[in-house]
Amino acid sequence: MLEADNLECVRGERRLFAGLGFRLEAGELLYLQGRNGAGKTSLLRMLIGLLPPENGEIRWRGELIDEAGEAFRADLCYLGHLNAIKEDLTPLENLLSAARLAGLTLCEDDAIDALEQVGLAGREDLACKYLSQGQKRRVALARLVVDRRPLWILDEPFVALDVAAVDWLAGIISGHLQRGGMAVMTTHQLVAIPAGTVRELRIG
Amino acid sequence: MNDRFNLSRFSFYRFASPAIFYPLAGKMIPWFIAAAVLFGLAGLYIGMLVAPTDFQQGEGYRIIFIHVPTSWMSMFIYLIMAFWAAIGLAFNTRLSGMMAQALAPTGALMAFLSLWTGALWGKPMWGTWWVWDARLTSELILLFLYIGYMALTAAIDDARRADKAGGILLLVGVVNIPIIYFSVKWWNTLHQGSSVNLTKSAMAEVMLWGMLLMALAFWMYSIAVALTRVRTLILERERHTDWVKAELEGVSK
Amino acid sequence: MLNIVFSVIARDLKLAMRRQADIVSALFFFVIVVSLFPLGIGPEPDLLRQLAPGVLWVAALLATMLSLPRMFADDHRDGTLEQLALSPNPLGLIVTGKVIAHWLVSGLPLALIAPILGIQFDLSGDALLVLTGAILLGTPALSGIGAIGAALTLGVRGGGVLLSLLVLPLYIPVLIFGAGAVDATVSGLGGEGHLSLLIAMTFAAIGFAPWASAAALKIALE
Repeated sequence: MLEADNLECVRGERRLFAGLGFRLEAGELLYLQGRNGAGKTSLLRMLIGLLPPENGEIRWRGELIDEAGEAFRADLCYLGHLNAIKEDLTPLENLLSAARLAGLTLCEDDAIDALEQVGLAGREDLACKYLSQGQKRRVALARLVVDRRPLWILDEPFVALDVAAVDWLAGIISGHLQRGGMAVMTTHQLVAIPAGTVRELRIG
Repeated sequence: MNDRFNLSRFSFYRFASPAIFYPLAGKMIPWFIAAAVLFGLAGLYIGMLVAPTDFQQGEGYRIIFIHVPTSWMSMFIYLIMAFWAAIGLAFNTRLSGMMAQALAPTGALMAFLSLWTGALWGKPMWGTWWVWDARLTSELILLFLYIGYMALTAAIDDARRADKAGGILLLVGVVNIPIIYFSVKWWNTLHQGSSVNLTKSAMAEVMLWGMLLMALAFWMYSIAVALTRVRTLILERERHTDWVKAELEGVSK
Repeated sequence: MLNIVFSVIARDLKLAMRRQADIVSALFFFVIVVSLFPLGIGPEPDLLRQLAPGVLWVAALLATMLSLPRMFADDHRDGTLEQLALSPNPLGLIVTGKVIAHWLVSGLPLALIAPILGIQFDLSGDALLVLTGAILLGTPALSGIGAIGAALTLGVRGGGVLLSLLVLPLYIPVLIFGAGAVDATVSGLGGEGHLSLLIAMTFAAIGFAPWASAAALKIALE
């Protein structure tokens, strides 16, 4: 269970939001909405523990995330607006090395399967710098296919995807929720997620 | 804005609030200036008129009444900055970082004065403006450390990030200063550099008094200047708060 | 625990191998800077022998500096640094891995090529051996201390120049003992004392610097 209580965010000299709180149970999805610059990404960075809130607290399974530390990060999967893939590595190498650094066990066959699912079959061994923007994004999304950690925090996951890929990703997310996972995500386009309880939070 | 400091029942935290510290510092500054002038006059009187002429070095030695206190200050100030940095990183108080930043230019000035007066003293003593003496070399490196700190904090736009990054640099610097000092000293003895030892000729007691008074004068000066700079930093960083707006309106009326 | 260190080293080495040009250019920078000195000060072997330790060490410091800005900047730009910071392993250990990888591609090649440059300065066999040893033992400390500077200046404008301003003063002890070891060997005093101090500094830097860098990285990621 993820709880946020009375969060306040100050960036530079501007107070983006204050008194913000929510509670997320297993199988629930939280959509963060708000205009540009409202602090959606800042809130996500607070939730993953990279940005300390000005005020308020965030708890994971009842424990403050700072104190839970490694235990919290072991449960967390974050997909930022940057793809976090290395241009010089191949999609397969990227996927395997990301899993290893995150402390996950991932065998090569599963990784190839995941890449096939995101439509990169036959390109596993091509350095990522030769891929298009959309294909690079798919390499990043392939992480979600194999990720079984309970808390997903996704920053604009649907951006730069075509219609088919949006449907596919919605399916992946609802699969995650059906397994009892939780997800928090920002998005400009409201995509219907077939399974799980969907809640919305408007900032600013 | 002050809800962050709801720990105000502890006086330490209360003074850590810029809104409370600002007027307090304003009241303290004149006293420190007065003390600096008094100690400075007394120190100069003893140093220039009372202290006897040195039988080896003549009148030229009197520059030590500036040289030695500025060297001391340049080292003290770095330690104090590191102290504030540690407090700032441990308790996340806003004022600590401002204190460290306010002290840096004064510390660099002291290091520079120490080097300059050292060179002025060196010319008649050693016949050269600069020798690679262990103390002078360490002082030069200390000046580099001050400059590095000021360059880093100036390059980071976000004030809080500048405070924290500067704080880490100060702590790394303070761990390294003894290592640097001893390695320079060792290097110096290996290369048999010419080092004039002050304590060799038993220092007259009056001279010690003169130096202590001058050191006190520089202390008071540094505190007064640092407080003034902290006040400016507070105004700059809190310019969007109500109390600063009220303060500034009060001034312009 | 050590798994993560090895994973990071393996990843960074693989990345470095895909960009060998960077390693080679830092190495050639070292060679060129060292080769410029005889042209500036004249070819007398006695003079060159005396200057060799200092020249080689200063050039080694500068060559190490060249690759420092990229230590975290690439990972920062493509978002992998965030993922590393979110890994369920202490960030200090991850940085330890990055420091070791940095040394393997910057310090180690310098140590291997240094004896050849030493010959240009007419150093004796003993001195060449100690020179290689000193660079081998001292450069890990340079990578460690450099990591702090690289983390502090991450994403800061004018980062590269600022980095050298912060890091070079902290390199002075390594320079003194590194060059001192060779000096002492040349003058027949024996460089063992210097070398053991270098080892001590390297261990202190590898043990302490990654955690300071990790703290600085967290600030940069806020």
